[in-house]
Amino acid sequence: MSDAPPAVLKTVARPPKPSALSNALTFGWRAMLKFRHVPEQLFDLVMTPIMFTLLFTFVFGGALAGSTSDYLQFFLPGILVQTVVFNAVYSGMGLSTDLGKGLFDRFRSLPIWPLAPFAGLMVGDILRHLIAASIILTIGLLLGYRPEMGLPGVLGAFAFLVAIGFGMGWIFIVLGLLISTPTTVMTLGFTFLFPLVFASNIMVDPATMPDWLRAFVDVNPVSLMTTAIRGLMNGGGSWGDVGLALIAPALITAALAPVTLALYRRR
Amino acid sequence: MSHISSFSPRNSGTAAIDARGLVKHFGDVTAVAGIDLLVPKGMIFAILGPNGAGKTTLMRMLATLARPDSGTASVMGHDLVSEPDAVRGAIAMTGQFASLDEDLTGRENLILLARLWGFKGRHARERADDLLAAFDLAAAAAKQVKAYSGGMRRRLDIAASLIVTPGVLFLDEPTTGLDPTARKDVWRMIRELALSGVTILLTTQYLEEADQLAARIAVIDKGRKIAEGTSRELKAQTGSGFVHVSLADASRRAAAAAVLEKELGVEIQQSAEGAELSAMAGSAEAANRALAALIAQGIELTDFSMGQPSLDEVFFALTGEKSRDAEEERMSA
Repeated sequence: MSDAPPAVLKTVARPPKPSALSNALTFGWRAMLKFRHVPEQLFDLVMTPIMFTLLFTFVFGGALAGSTSDYLQFFLPGILVQTVVFNAVYSGMGLSTDLGKGLFDRFRSLPIWPLAPFAGLMVGDILRHLIAASIILTIGLLLGYRPEMGLPGVLGAFAFLVAIGFGMGWIFIVLGLLISTPTTVMTLGFTFLFPLVFASNIMVDPATMPDWLRAFVDVNPVSLMTTAIRGLMNGGGSWGDVGLALIAPALITAALAPVTLALYRRR
Repeated sequence: MSHISSFSPRNSGTAAIDARGLVKHFGDVTAVAGIDLLVPKGMIFAILGPNGAGKTTLMRMLATLARPDSGTASVMGHDLVSEPDAVRGAIAMTGQFASLDEDLTGRENLILLARLWGFKGRHARERADDLLAAFDLAAAAAKQVKAYSGGMRRRLDIAASLIVTPGVLFLDEPTTGLDPTARKDVWRMIRELALSGVTILLTTQYLEEADQLAARIAVIDKGRKIAEGTSRELKAQTGSGFVHVSLADASRRAAAAAVLEKELGVEIQQSAEGAELSAMAGSAEAANRALAALIAQGIELTDFSMGQPSLDEVFFALTGEKSRDAEEERMSA
């Protein structure tokens, strides 16, 4: 090696400052690369909902709804909600991992839009939600599920899933910022989510539940989301249901987006 | 604080870093307890201190990653608190732990950062490829970073700091955990960068590293700067005549230490192996007398020398504590 500096180390000037959108899209590109390099993550995301779909439909379906096909029709929109809500935990874990590795220190020392790394996480989340929901829906269609509202209903449902995934995502981003151990983020996340998902109308009609539980199930945001998506895919719903279901994600976003920024800047 | 400085005029036009009275607390712990730092442009400046001295916190404040509780600082002429984005545009930081995405390839990591800096499409890829070639990583460009060795990660991490040539490059313990060959590689890169005009502020626990690389050294201990100067100045501060002796018979070191202590009237430092002793001698005559006394006692020497103290000895003289280097040598001995 010579003592003279190699040509590449000669001064390279800074190009014009990129836009906030360009920064966010670059982080989105990173999220897409992750899918290419770590395809296993999709396996984690879809295995549980696939198991749930098969077990609930074939083991409990007949007993709960009279026939497995009737039950699948009832259950499938709800399992999509469950998938998206559970998936939100993974972005918190990813964030916690990035923070632990010092990667965010580099991002924070760059002259970029401060929220761009989070926008990138969101892009990754949205992709994850859409891919997982497509796989579950495909399996549902193979098993005999038929969305009565057709393609527009399915597209509407997917847009709705992205919206609730976006809202729920903030909870786990905040956890990811606060907790340095990714597995703790996962444990805490599922501890919080399991009662929300099971004490809802995803798996069963709450009519037979005791009054005190039904009082909770009726206002559980997961129930409201499930009611809304059933309306979108199977018909018989209203835009009011959708609006009601979006209140919780909207409130979470309004409350936790500023908290996220403050936590990120504070570190 | 002992302050020795042949270079002192505070002139912000030539200073890459001008920090005054920086303080940072974490709860009840004061990590940095009021540090002034003046680093001229183009210099390699080392912050030397043991674990927990506050080196990393000081560097994180200067890189806008932690906000000072009090004090002011400017980096490349931009105020740390009021113009953080301008500071970020003028610096790059390579943290203590490789700040890379392990799942991505080396090339993708660099392209990601090049795009964040504003390089578009082909230009981002070209910049990444140029850096990979310069850092001897072209062959591993398409491998995921998780498959890289420690030395490769460190090279990629430094390359990632050079997407745009920074005014100031912060290197937090750039060679910690590297094997000797990888460490020499990193040293060579740091020297080359400095030749190209980049100001480099590095932290280190290795006295040899500061001695090898830095034009000036600030010694930090318990959140305070306890000394600053060139390597030569720091060495001179602990006294000119240092006498080193190596004993033929290590079992006689207690006797030898007693003789030296009696003749020189100072504390005697013993090496990890115990066969080598060193002490500050006030003058050459005193050193000669001490050597004569050793021989008169029948203590056989395999080697002796007089000269400037090593930075290990300087650190010991300044803090009264063994440096980490010395501790590690003792552990491995």
